[in-house]
Amino acid sequence: MSSFKVQYTVDGEDFSIAGDASRKLKKVLQNLGVAPQIIRKATVAMYEGEINMVIHADGGVIDVEITPEKIHIFLRDKGPGIPNVSLAMTEGYSTASDNVRELGFGAGMGLPNMQKYTDYMNITTEVGVGTTIEMIVNTAV
Amino acid sequence: MKLKTVVGLLDAKVLGSSYDDNKEVLAACGSDLMSDVLAFVKDQALLLTGLVNSQVVRTAEMMDMKAIVFVRGKVPGDDIVSLADEAGIAVLSTQLPLYISCGKLYCEGLYK
Ligand SMILES: Nc1ncnc2c1ncn2[C@@H]1O[C@H](COP(=O)(O)OP(=O)(O)OP(=O)(O)O)[C@@H](O)[C@H]1O
Ligand SMILES: [Mg+2]
Repeated sequence: MSSFKVQYTVDGEDFSIAGDASRKLKKVLQNLGVAPQIIRKATVAMYEGEINMVIHADGGVIDVEITPEKIHIFLRDKGPGIPNVSLAMTEGYSTASDNVRELGFGAGMGLPNMQKYTDYMNITTEVGVGTTIEMIVNTAV
Repeated sequence: MKLKTVVGLLDAKVLGSSYDDNKEVLAACGSDLMSDVLAFVKDQALLLTGLVNSQVVRTAEMMDMKAIVFVRGKVPGDDIVSLADEAGIAVLSTQLPLYISCGKLYCEGLYK
């Protein structure tokens, strides 16, 4: 398996299709023959990030590079940014509106889940400018 | 636990085409908050929820879950059922509330 790159645009307007990029990545990883537990870690982490882009940041772009050693994911948005990253990383912390909660999100578990399922995660964010989250899941077993 | 047993215990209705009497589930998770579900790692799991939207199916799909039970008489629309069909996830609907549904399955041995 050589290096493989995919890019997904995440629509910030349409919640009903949020998660579609992660679903597509799952298919790509399955076709590449990546182990199911690794696929689950990568796609769940990306799904949480993708949902965050829709509910907190008006959409964005996701770039994924798959090499024989790792799945490297970049989530980039031009949303409001995260004023306090360590607070946002706390389990249970959420600024989600009642509207979002009615849709089944806002437990404040997304970022902690992303941390839990990845081998590396780095958040770069600036209030009023946007957020970039880099995640790596190692594929070597 | 076989899905047939789940249907019997919850007096559930089967929707869509991915249901199979003999499909086996080994664990279950009951929640209306999808990130709680996404924190739950068990193989061949069943999701019970009172939430009805396409994210329920996407969440179950990301977690490789085998079946979804919509509780409190919630019946998902055709669009949601066909998403689940595409993902090979069985869809059930019961009149029972979440707590009772989980309790019944737990009492009959659906836990680690
Ligand atoms: N891309 C983003 N842009 C701006 N703010 C964000 C972004 N992602 C997360 N946040 C902020 O960090 C908080 C915590 O995010 P996290 O994903 O952990 O929880 P949540 O999205 O609120 O709920 P859950 O993920 O459990 O449904 C959010 O409520 C929001 O304030
Ligand atoms: Mg989130």
